[in-house]
Amino acid sequence: MGSEILILQYLLSGITKGSIYAMVAIGFNLIFSATGVLNFAQGEFVMLGGMIAVTLSFYFPLPVAVAGAVVIVACIGCLLELLFFRPLRHHSILHMIIITIGLSIVIQEAALHIWDEKVRSLPYFTGNEISSVKIYGAAISPQVLWVLGTITVSVILLHIFLRYTLQGRAMRACSSNPEAAMLAGINISNMRTLAFGLSAALGALGGCVISPITMTQYEAGAPLAIKGFAAAILGGLGNPMAAVAGGLLIGIIEAFSVSKLPAAYNDVSAFAILLLVLFIRPHGLFGSPSGQGVREF
Amino acid sequence: MKLLEVLNARRSFGGLVAVDQVSFSVFSGQIKAMIGPNGAGKTTLFNIISGLLPTETGKILFKGKNIHRLKPFQIAHAGISRTFQNPSLFLKMSVLENVMVGRHSRTRWGFIGCGLRFPGQIREEKHIQEAALEQIAYVGLEHLADSPAGSLGFGQRRMVELARALATEPELLLLDEPASGLNPKETEDLGLLIRKIRDTGVTILLVEHDMSLVMDISDDVLVLHNGSVIAEGTPSAVQDDQKVISVYLGKGLAHAAPGEKSSMRLRRP
Amino acid sequence: MLKRLIPIVLMAAVIVAVQLLATALEKEYCLTQLTMAIYYSMVVMGLCLVMGYAGQVSLGHGAFFAIGGYTSAILTTRSFLSLQDTWWAGILKRLHVFVLREDMFGSPIMTVSPWAAFLAAMIVTFIAAFLIGYPALRLKGHYLAMATLGFAMIVHKIVLGSAFAGAADGITGVPEWTLGAGLVITGKSVARVQNYYLASGIALVILILLGNLVRSRVGRALQAIHDQETAANAMGINTSAYKLQVFIVSALIAAIAGVLLTHYTGGIGPSESSILKSVRYVALAAAGGMANLWSASLISTLINYLSLRDWFGTFDNAVFGALLIIIISIAPDGPFKPLGLWIRRWSSLARVRTGEKNHETP
Repeated sequence: MGSEILILQYLLSGITKGSIYAMVAIGFNLIFSATGVLNFAQGEFVMLGGMIAVTLSFYFPLPVAVAGAVVIVACIGCLLELLFFRPLRHHSILHMIIITIGLSIVIQEAALHIWDEKVRSLPYFTGNEISSVKIYGAAISPQVLWVLGTITVSVILLHIFLRYTLQGRAMRACSSNPEAAMLAGINISNMRTLAFGLSAALGALGGCVISPITMTQYEAGAPLAIKGFAAAILGGLGNPMAAVAGGLLIGIIEAFSVSKLPAAYNDVSAFAILLLVLFIRPHGLFGSPSGQGVREF
Repeated sequence: MKLLEVLNARRSFGGLVAVDQVSFSVFSGQIKAMIGPNGAGKTTLFNIISGLLPTETGKILFKGKNIHRLKPFQIAHAGISRTFQNPSLFLKMSVLENVMVGRHSRTRWGFIGCGLRFPGQIREEKHIQEAALEQIAYVGLEHLADSPAGSLGFGQRRMVELARALATEPELLLLDEPASGLNPKETEDLGLLIRKIRDTGVTILLVEHDMSLVMDISDDVLVLHNGSVIAEGTPSAVQDDQKVISVYLGKGLAHAAPGEKSSMRLRRP
Repeated sequence: MLKRLIPIVLMAAVIVAVQLLATALEKEYCLTQLTMAIYYSMVVMGLCLVMGYAGQVSLGHGAFFAIGGYTSAILTTRSFLSLQDTWWAGILKRLHVFVLREDMFGSPIMTVSPWAAFLAAMIVTFIAAFLIGYPALRLKGHYLAMATLGFAMIVHKIVLGSAFAGAADGITGVPEWTLGAGLVITGKSVARVQNYYLASGIALVILILLGNLVRSRVGRALQAIHDQETAANAMGINTSAYKLQVFIVSALIAAIAGVLLTHYTGGIGPSESSILKSVRYVALAAAGGMANLWSASLISTLINYLSLRDWFGTFDNAVFGALLIIIISIAPDGPFKPLGLWIRRWSSLARVRTGEKNHETP
């Protein structure tokens, strides 16, 4: 009995972590599909979302602070596209990736100088750090439900957006065949801006809901970017839903390895499994061998 | 002597069988042409012979040895070289360097020797360069040896690719639509060049849509349709074959793309 | 032949000039950081070969640097005194694999000699590079980037979490390395100039060897793989073997740099294996133009030197990020290429002008 509850507890904590990775991985995928580039500044969107929301929460009620943070970070995302990706779109993919790495470093340092190195967090959305909900005997924080709920809703909304709205379809058209999309009268550049804004907003939202649990700090973005990248690759690039699966999987592996391995090795098993998967399936679990992601730089 | 023997080669992509139980032989010293409407499986067959795609059944024998499990580079070492339908030159390199890459399979110095510039390696490098220049002159592009391959026109790229393939000293040369994109004069020169190459002892198998060229230079013609061989023989015999005529003039019309006039013009004008 | 010698002679002249300048200005202490920067830029040189020439991305070269450095640090600081009386330890001692010395506190220890440790570091790196490169190099594009990144992450976490690698403190007290012929790799200030020349000399030799390599049959094969892998294979190039070989060669260069720097600074810490370090090497190679060994090594030495001298203070990372963005936005082929083009344009312009004057004067 006891061990079952323990397993459930690990599973839930893995899913919680995994959802954030999934959120970052979806963001990777959105921008990747639109531009062919992996945006390594994706983790910084999560960090900025949390930091800005914390600051806003001093002046506004929590929902306004969260909404404000999401809007501001979405604008930052659009701005990055307009300032760097649009003028430099003729650079090679590798060069663009390195520019995003540069951006990530600069954003991180800017955050250090705007805020400081202190760890912050938003208040719990409902209840506090000691309140818990029992699910089949496992005690979990209500914030975990907030995280899972928010992410489920945003994934469903994103799916509906991409599948059923005109804008969303236009965006998918751009990723699968840019030339044809252009001929059909779709403004590809604007779609790219939209993709940046959208994935920045998603990242920021994730940063807000996770903030009470994991805290936010100026350097929290880079590890998330790496995990999100791993999740996107594990699922197979170019497919946001595969990214969700990849993210959850990495979160769960991580949660269980904490129970078996010394804490210092906690990421080793996740990455080792990722490597094994890649060696067996060189294009991710759900990716196609001819997909965009296997293009050479 | 049978130089190349393809026995029951088969290859499918998803549900589509691109090459279906194809068997044929190429004899030493021949110029053999492979013709057929688009989608007949010619390029797939080339890819099977050169090792880029494995055949699902059957065997590919080269000089009596089974080569169908070898990697492309091993097949190049064995003495088969090829050109591609879309010339795939190394665009960042010069023409000379492109052709020098062709010498790769006939040279041997590796990382250590090249890094330390052993005397033998320097000599070898000189030989590579001389041999490459010779091939470039052979196809008539010596004035372009130092130009970047990316700056060449389409016809010139084809010629560089041919020189690169010749630089591997092949016994069998596979040419994938060597005349496409060439003007009539260039095509005529190409025909002469292919004959000249054959006369130096290189056996040639080519895929070509330009029927006048095919009928002009080939000793033997193989006609593929929907992945199978429908006729094989001398140019004149193939021209009179009822099945071939029906493929090209009858049903073939429905399959041929609009730009594919040449494939319908079977008889020489 | 002459064309090959010009950059080498120029580089040697710059190396000497910098030392003379530093001594004349009584700023010899700067050479310490410069020496370190030179060791770091060796990693970038190897990376140029893999990325710029063979077209394969590696976000894991910091790990090879760390593997080299740590292997040699562990072997040269760990005492095997308890084994002293075994018969094989005696043989190894006679072969100078084991040496007796005193540790920082003056107690006697028996460790592996630097030369033997170096050899061991090379072997360990070779095995690691082979084991990761063999499966990973079948991957392409972003997937290869992830695999190498994952490898670096694993190495970093192991280093950080293992007592034998000193965990978060790293390893200190690594002895100096007597190479023979009076040459010693040591951080002692009396040997500063000597070590500067030693590092520059080794870097120059690596540059020359790699320069020879890229202008040879092997170099052409690598570039062919980068450009058109299928065609390269059909032309007789064993593409997977070449990719693996070049990966191993560059990993070994990174490990050599790791060993040398560890002896120079007397220790190594877990930050050497961090993802940021690996990313930094890639970024520096890219900023130098990737397929340009000379430019990449100069740029990386310069930027590493400035950041080691703490020029940018608390803005170090920010400046690094900003420089990266600026260099790659403006000059994706490295800053020296447009510079060269400008010089050429100016000189031709000047020639035109003087030509006009000549026409006017009569």
